[in-house]
Amino acid sequence: MPPAPPDPRPPVVTAARVTAALCLLAPFVALLWVDSYARLTPRFIGIPFFYWYQMAWVPVAAALTYTAYVLVRREERARKGGDDA
Amino acid sequence: MKNDVNGVTLAVFLFFFLAVTVLGFVAARWRRAADPLHLDEWGLGGRSFGTWVTWFLLGGDLYTAYTFVAVPAAIYAAGASGFFAVPYTIITYPMVFLFLPRLWSVSHRHGYVTSSDFIRGRFGSKSLSVAVAITGIIATMPYIALQLVGIQAVLDVMGIGGGDSSNWFVKDLPLLIAFGVLAAYTYSSGLRAPALIAFVKDALIYIVIAVAIVYIPYKLGGFDDIFAKAGDAFAKKNPATGAPRGALVTGPQAQWAYATLAMGSAMALFLYPHSVTAVLSGRSRDTIRRNTTILPLYSLMLGLLAMLGFMAIADGVGSGVTGYNGQLAIPQLFENMFPSWFAGVAFAAIGIGALVPAAIMSIAAANLFTRNIYKDLIKPDATPAQETAVSKAVSLVVKVGALVFVLTMDKTVAINFQLLGGIWILQTVPAIVGGLFTRWFHRWALLAGWAAGMFYGTWKAYEQSSPAQSHFGGNADMIPWIGEKGYIGLTAFVLNVAVTVVLTVVLRALKAPAGDDETRPDDYTAEAATPALPGPAVPPDTAVSPGLPEPA
Repeated sequence: MPPAPPDPRPPVVTAARVTAALCLLAPFVALLWVDSYARLTPRFIGIPFFYWYQMAWVPVAAALTYTAYVLVRREERARKGGDDA
Repeated sequence: MKNDVNGVTLAVFLFFFLAVTVLGFVAARWRRAADPLHLDEWGLGGRSFGTWVTWFLLGGDLYTAYTFVAVPAAIYAAGASGFFAVPYTIITYPMVFLFLPRLWSVSHRHGYVTSSDFIRGRFGSKSLSVAVAITGIIATMPYIALQLVGIQAVLDVMGIGGGDSSNWFVKDLPLLIAFGVLAAYTYSSGLRAPALIAFVKDALIYIVIAVAIVYIPYKLGGFDDIFAKAGDAFAKKNPATGAPRGALVTGPQAQWAYATLAMGSAMALFLYPHSVTAVLSGRSRDTIRRNTTILPLYSLMLGLLAMLGFMAIADGVGSGVTGYNGQLAIPQLFENMFPSWFAGVAFAAIGIGALVPAAIMSIAAANLFTRNIYKDLIKPDATPAQETAVSKAVSLVVKVGALVFVLTMDKTVAINFQLLGGIWILQTVPAIVGGLFTRWFHRWALLAGWAAGMFYGTWKAYEQSSPAQSHFGGNADMIPWIGEKGYIGLTAFVLNVAVTVVLTVVLRALKAPAGDDETRPDDYTAEAATPALPGPAVPPDTAVSPGLPEPA
């Protein structure tokens, strides 16, 4: 991925942005680390771990992306308000 | 395989098919705007879709009939390795959350219709924008062809058309009819047709999956039995190669391939022209961001759908038939398991699931041709009405091309090209995604990196052999220096970035002309309320006036 500097207005690094970035990063770490879930047990209603674990990440990742969305939107609104004042 | 036509199944299928046909033509009157001759209207649905319409449209667009047939077919064929589609469609959303809103904003501000429009505006380089446009068109064409393959699979199992019977005309007649209808309403209604039909498609798909995931395991004796039988089937060694058919979990040698495939596919997904078209049809920046949080519902469905591949094995679909076409496994499972009326619903879901993306893909390819080849290279003074006329005509040409592709060539050719298409689209990431964040990359360096990635990816894909075919036998190859098998597209992408960075440093040192950038930093965060800039490419006022008669 190319470097992704956010827009140039200060301050660039805020607690909300770091949290949002971590929320967005977590699914990559979890799902690209295949060795952490490449096994059959424990099974869930007969489905091997490999499958139900990855499917369980769908709602988790969606919730994390939503959290990032809320954080970023709140901050954008605060910034816009600051610009107007 | 039983191939006699079931009247009830066929009647239900035809009912839904007719219903969406009517819907497709009625769509022209839906949310009609003041200037129906502008390309924004036909090609982007007036840039007016809210969160839910966009959700259905993107869902209908990305999770195609081919996906519904191919993902379970991959599971059916080899097990765990086919499941990469699930992590792939999970990590794509956090990724696009970062750059799609920027693409939407800058496109809204400057009236861009395609990603190549953005490239031209950002880098002031027609050669780079044409390269990206051509990449998009050639990657989309085989994808449209595969949608037709999806319809064919359903028609085959229903016993109408296909098979080995009779002459080519009777054999392909049902496909030709489905196709003609699709072409007609896309031509007349533009992006509004698939947007409206997507509601029906997704409703059907969700119903079918919900029923299938409960009812079929119940009939087959539960997931324990299903996975036990699938495990046995995968363990059997292929007499020709001596290797087992597949595995229930990815082995240590396959994990790099699994992860790189998921990562590479996730990066490419939203750069396909049909994804960009659906994204730009959204009404606001927030529409797009909200969608990245609700689209994963489709990924869950995809995961459940993948489970059907195991059920097909447990049900014994295709067992004992040498060279069984795995693409037919899921339609066949539906026919074996469901009462005939519900099998009709399921087939309609897959069939309609092919029409929506095929329509959007042909519109997207047509927009690319019109904006970045016709307007930029052939007729720079084209009026918006002329653009729309060209786009409509090209959408027909693209679909006929796809049809000829499916009818004259072997299905594996379409699949090979789709495999290549993913690798190719990935090579547009540095220019598009890079360009959304920084102007540091030099346009010539991006072009050289693109060329290097395209060449390497195509060459390596060509070199892969499998027991079934001597070329294009797979999408994974040894990654240089790492010594593990990984997705070719991602390796080519890394090469692409390396070339781009090195040449950018060189070209900047030589002070090579960087080209004009017509965008400003705040364009990338602009909201819908920000007025579009004045200029030739600006969309007209898209106020809705429902009573206006259609001049065309």
